[in-house]
Amino acid sequence: MKVAGKSFDGWTSVALLLTAGYLFLVVWPLITVLISSVSSGGSFTLDGFATFFSSRLYYGTLINSLMVTVCVTILAFVIAFPLAYFMTMFRIPGSRTIQVLILASMMSPPFIGAYSWILLLGNNGLITRWLQGTFGISAPSIYGFAGILLVLTLQLVPLIFTYLMGAWRTIDVSLLEAAESMGVTGWRRAAKVITPLLLPTVLGGSLLVFVRAFADFGTPMLIGQGFRTIPVLIYSSFVGEVSIDSSFAAAVAVIVIAVTLAVFLIQKFIVDRRTFSMTAMRAIEPTRLTGWRGWLVYLYIYSFLTLALAPLLVVVVSSFRNTLYGQFVAGFSFNNYINAQRDITRYVTNTFSIGITALVVLVVIAVLVSYLTVRRKNALTGALDTMTMVPYVVPGLIIGIALITAFSQPPLVLTGTFAIMVLALAIRRLPYTVRSTTALMYQFSPSIEEAAVSLGASKFRTLMQVIVPALAPGILAGAVLSWVTIITELSTTLFLYNTSTQTLSLGIYAQVIRGQQGTAAALSTILLVLTMLSLALLMRIGGNREIRV
Amino acid sequence: MTRIALQSLRKEYAGQVAIPDLNLEIEDGEFFTLLGPSGCGKTTLLRMIAGFNSIEAGTISFDGTVINDRPASERNIGMVFQNYALFPQMSAAKNVGFGLQTRKVPRADAERRIEQALDSVRMAHLKDRLPGQMSGGQQQRVALARALVIEPALLLMDEPLSNLDAKLRVEMRDTIREAQRKAGITTVYVTHDQEEAMAVSDRIAVMNLGVVQQVGAPAEIYRRPANRFVAEFIGKTNLLARDLLRQDEKAMVALGTGTELDVTGLVTPTASGRIQVSVRPEAVRAASSGLRATIVDETFLGSHSQVRARLETGEIIEFLEFSRRSSLWEEGAEVFLEVDRDMLTFFDLETGASIMQGTSA
Ligand SMILES: Nc1ncnc2c1ncn2[C@@H]1O[C@H](COP(=O)(O)OP(=O)(O)O)[C@@H](O)[C@H]1O
Ligand SMILES: [Mg+2]
Repeated sequence: MKVAGKSFDGWTSVALLLTAGYLFLVVWPLITVLISSVSSGGSFTLDGFATFFSSRLYYGTLINSLMVTVCVTILAFVIAFPLAYFMTMFRIPGSRTIQVLILASMMSPPFIGAYSWILLLGNNGLITRWLQGTFGISAPSIYGFAGILLVLTLQLVPLIFTYLMGAWRTIDVSLLEAAESMGVTGWRRAAKVITPLLLPTVLGGSLLVFVRAFADFGTPMLIGQGFRTIPVLIYSSFVGEVSIDSSFAAAVAVIVIAVTLAVFLIQKFIVDRRTFSMTAMRAIEPTRLTGWRGWLVYLYIYSFLTLALAPLLVVVVSSFRNTLYGQFVAGFSFNNYINAQRDITRYVTNTFSIGITALVVLVVIAVLVSYLTVRRKNALTGALDTMTMVPYVVPGLIIGIALITAFSQPPLVLTGTFAIMVLALAIRRLPYTVRSTTALMYQFSPSIEEAAVSLGASKFRTLMQVIVPALAPGILAGAVLSWVTIITELSTTLFLYNTSTQTLSLGIYAQVIRGQQGTAAALSTILLVLTMLSLALLMRIGGNREIRV
Repeated sequence: MTRIALQSLRKEYAGQVAIPDLNLEIEDGEFFTLLGPSGCGKTTLLRMIAGFNSIEAGTISFDGTVINDRPASERNIGMVFQNYALFPQMSAAKNVGFGLQTRKVPRADAERRIEQALDSVRMAHLKDRLPGQMSGGQQQRVALARALVIEPALLLMDEPLSNLDAKLRVEMRDTIREAQRKAGITTVYVTHDQEEAMAVSDRIAVMNLGVVQQVGAPAEIYRRPANRFVAEFIGKTNLLARDLLRQDEKAMVALGTGTELDVTGLVTPTASGRIQVSVRPEAVRAASSGLRATIVDETFLGSHSQVRARLETGEIIEFLEFSRRSSLWEEGAEVFLEVDRDMLTFFDLETGASIMQGTSA
């Protein structure tokens, strides 16, 4: 007897099509990187790897990267945990605003953070000069390890904070009361009851921090100077600064992917064994804080916010300062904007055209993939779901390299095109969007879909008229978030752009490198404003929905 | 208006048999209920009829036409789900209109039918409400209207009342029954609640472990259960293990000392040996003579009492006492119990099958 309703239908074709496209556009480029890491002039070689491990100059970058990553992860937790704890347990004045501001600092482009700290503490920075001029002392250097640590930590604390807040919301207050009734209170309770409950989240969050910090290119590039991390090595070897075998950059890329993948698998192994599902019937009710404890808590929260947001403000203010040959001089005006008008228009236009196209592609694919994996579970859709996670462990820079390696020769030449920019950005963001859409899809009762089908709707019609509209608010919120990460993305497209496809973030990077401080500040301000406007939109449509990046 | 025939149906989930071999006939316009404990395969069967489950073997036919391979969207079925399954972004009227839209019913006609359908479940006044702004009962009314408005060949309902509170459940089941009668649509209704099944059904199929135990009208199933499972599942009963003795041409059962019952006309001519007597609580009442018993406890329930007493054999028997006494029985009080012979049923102790005359499984 034939299987009714679930036989080979249009969805199987969609799944096949998506799988084929994904294999060709994502998996194959990554395989070419893998191949070129072990081949030279058509023969098999491990020279690339050998070179990497032969010189401290090279393998040192891996150690540097791991050092940065581990320190950032720990530091970010140490700072974020009290922040989330205070925000959950105590009534903090302006709590809603604080959360929005933390979100804003999280979503702002990391390289702008790096750039703004240069403006403050760099060789010619505001604070540096003030300290020099007033007290005759030299400020601590922002360049190198400390600077990277500072910028990345400030960037990633909000990420963990958001994760922890989400997890905290699932803890039922009765658990805390039960602990209290057994005489376990205060910090002991935090350690014994809360921490184990938060552990899966903590591990999930630390993976994200690890991946971000390990793969971040903009920050170490701008303020690392002598302290080189592995993405910087990949960049410089790929653009040929380190002129060695072509397989070298590929080999380093493979090493980076291997490390990330290992961390990912370890995290998954631990989390899978410790996950418990909880839903809070009664969420934790914040209590009022009084006296000096209250002041300390407020001081902590507001200090963090100042540290995270002040640099961004510095960029905005700087954008109105006068410049001469790219350097800031006395006086304020709109000159930076006026002089760079042509470039600004070009960057903004590109940002919108490329960004929106990538977003549409991304959302359509994410909706289809999540629908297939949730509602048409089979070996094929399972494989598709796993495959869409691949870019999660691949740093943006390497995605760029993979695409340029694969598509700079026939059958498909895409280098320098609009399409390759769109493709790169969509691939980069796909794992995140697919995850969030899948979560939405799981919440959507299958019987609603069956109701539509039983009323005579085709499967496609059901998807378009029932499922997508019902999930629209969630999809839209996810799309805005993706939009923000797309417009602030730097490393993925760094190898792929030309002047006709240069976006705002690429423009900022180019101007900073060229020493055009005024233009860079003006462009950064525009990108920040764009980011904040997008987040404001998100607040309006997303309401109190949990925001996950 | 549809007759449904299920023949030799088989359902497996990944090699696990959920329904081994099932045969049923559902008459035109009938309110037919699948009743059974949770996990017995009711939903599975309903979804096979709807077209949402695969069929491993056998056929489903509507009016003699096998529809196994017809997709769910073309079976012309109205479905009501336990969780209502209303489209969250559409108003009540839009929800009801969805099936008409897919059928390309002209707008004016559709509007009139939506109005009528909502009216028939007394929801016309809330037609612009979104599901999120309605109570569970209201949502289920809209869901019912949405299923009925397309004038389906068949109406399927899977535990439509189990998310509602007790009072609403009774009210809603009357609405369902009334709407079904008026529309005359063949209906397959799934529930695990035997009282609900009794209240609404023309006929009931009692299921267990994927197998139909008995099909019949509510009264028939209650009075003449085909086996011990049905007797225990439908209503309450006391099961007493006894010997069925053949003396001369008579069949006799001794319930206790001095209460020998002649059941010759009741049981099959060949039945004898160890049997189980099913005694419904309402078949027993206190009398001046009969089975000797001591009271264990009595629970006063207003219109009647629920009494438990210990027989001489040590068995506990539960019965309902409607007499108006000034005080309840004390524990240990001695009573005599009279049993209404015509309300008893008899099962083979080993197989559990009925040995009553004229009962077929
Ligand atoms: N999708 C499924 N996959 C595997 N087993 C299932 C599935 N749905 C139901 N079953 C199994 O089939 C049997 C019947 O289930 P179901 O039809 O849901 O029972 P009911 O509706 O009577 O409670 C149960 O043993 C159940 O575990
Ligand atoms: Mg069920």
